[in-house]
Amino acid sequence: MITAGAPPRFSRLLGLGEHRPARVMSNDELPAELDTNDAWIQQRTGIARRHLAGDGESVVEMAASAATKALADAGVDPSRVGQVVLATCSIPDPVPGGAARVAEAIGAIGAGAYDVNAACAGFCYGLGAASNAIRTGAADYVVVAGAERISDWLDWNDRSSAILFGDGAGAVVVGPSEQPGIGPLVCGSDGSASQLIHMNAERHLTLDGPGVFRWATTSLGDAAQRVCAAAGVAPEELGAIVLHQANLRIINVISRQIGAPNAVVADDVIDTGNTSAASVPLALARLRREGRVAAGDLALTLAFGAGLTWAGTVVAVP
Amino acid sequence: MSDQDVLAALGEIVQEATGIPAARVVPGVSFRDDLDIDSLSMVEIATMAEDKFGVSIPDAELAKLKTVGDVVDFLSAAGVPA
Repeated sequence: MITAGAPPRFSRLLGLGEHRPARVMSNDELPAELDTNDAWIQQRTGIARRHLAGDGESVVEMAASAATKALADAGVDPSRVGQVVLATCSIPDPVPGGAARVAEAIGAIGAGAYDVNAACAGFCYGLGAASNAIRTGAADYVVVAGAERISDWLDWNDRSSAILFGDGAGAVVVGPSEQPGIGPLVCGSDGSASQLIHMNAERHLTLDGPGVFRWATTSLGDAAQRVCAAAGVAPEELGAIVLHQANLRIINVISRQIGAPNAVVADDVIDTGNTSAASVPLALARLRREGRVAAGDLALTLAFGAGLTWAGTVVAVP
Repeated sequence: MSDQDVLAALGEIVQEATGIPAARVVPGVSFRDDLDIDSLSMVEIATMAEDKFGVSIPDAELAKLKTVGDVVDFLSAAGVPA
């Protein structure tokens, strides 16, 4: 029998960090070739502006920036981090992955490190893995960062995709807890619809907006309710709904379907666009920074995207 | 269900999805040009109509339905139960 390992314990979020690139592009500043306007974009997406990464803001650099802030917020010394998880789908080269460089950059020297690619859902998958690592004693502290530079992969002549995305990184520190602070991960996929969001032959990200909208608004409300049920949390107990920030229209429909009368609904997409795997930690950190949630509040997270993939869990706000 | 009943039910769906009064939902009007309904709202209307009428309206079909009358005709042809 295996005799080593931590005694049974729970996990929770200990700290949050954000990296939002300095450069901001409003709808009015989008390239004229897109032949669109602010009202058209806001009506269909809720998006007013997005941040775009510049020099010194690679996926790895932004992830490290957000992770360093999350560690400071948590009060955890980087030397105590046992694992670093980087959720991204926009790193320039698949090999090497970015997580080891993030670990090096934040001072988590020698920590276990791996990348997760579940597109926009990647952060929640990473969070689920991190929670399990804590609960099994595989690590005492785990950094999970979602970081994306989707702007590198956009066709700036394609109105259906270029208006939607932004760059940035969000990170959390997960650690041990005497009380449950992260619910079970509930996740799923639908590979039959993989073409709804994909890289085309020109290596540009392309998506079928109405198709994605239909999928999200007809299947993810149920998914969100299953996330709550798995955590033993009634929708009335939620203090926040933090959905993947894809489109405010999708967010509003799913939030109505969840029916959580006491929850603030994260709407970071308005100022940030869709930052893929970075969106959930960025939106959660912003809610707390703006005082719209407080420590201990329960937040439903649910992220979804290319694959198709989706994953979510309920977390206690640190 | 008569075409008139289908039209009335469709008007209620459009009103619920978009806030546009059901009375404006009449056969000759264009969803986009007359009612200013965008593609995402059309998807909402389609999924609500699917639930209401028990039919399937795939995105490829939905893209062809320009007017209220087009949708009523589609639903009738799809065999909406009486």
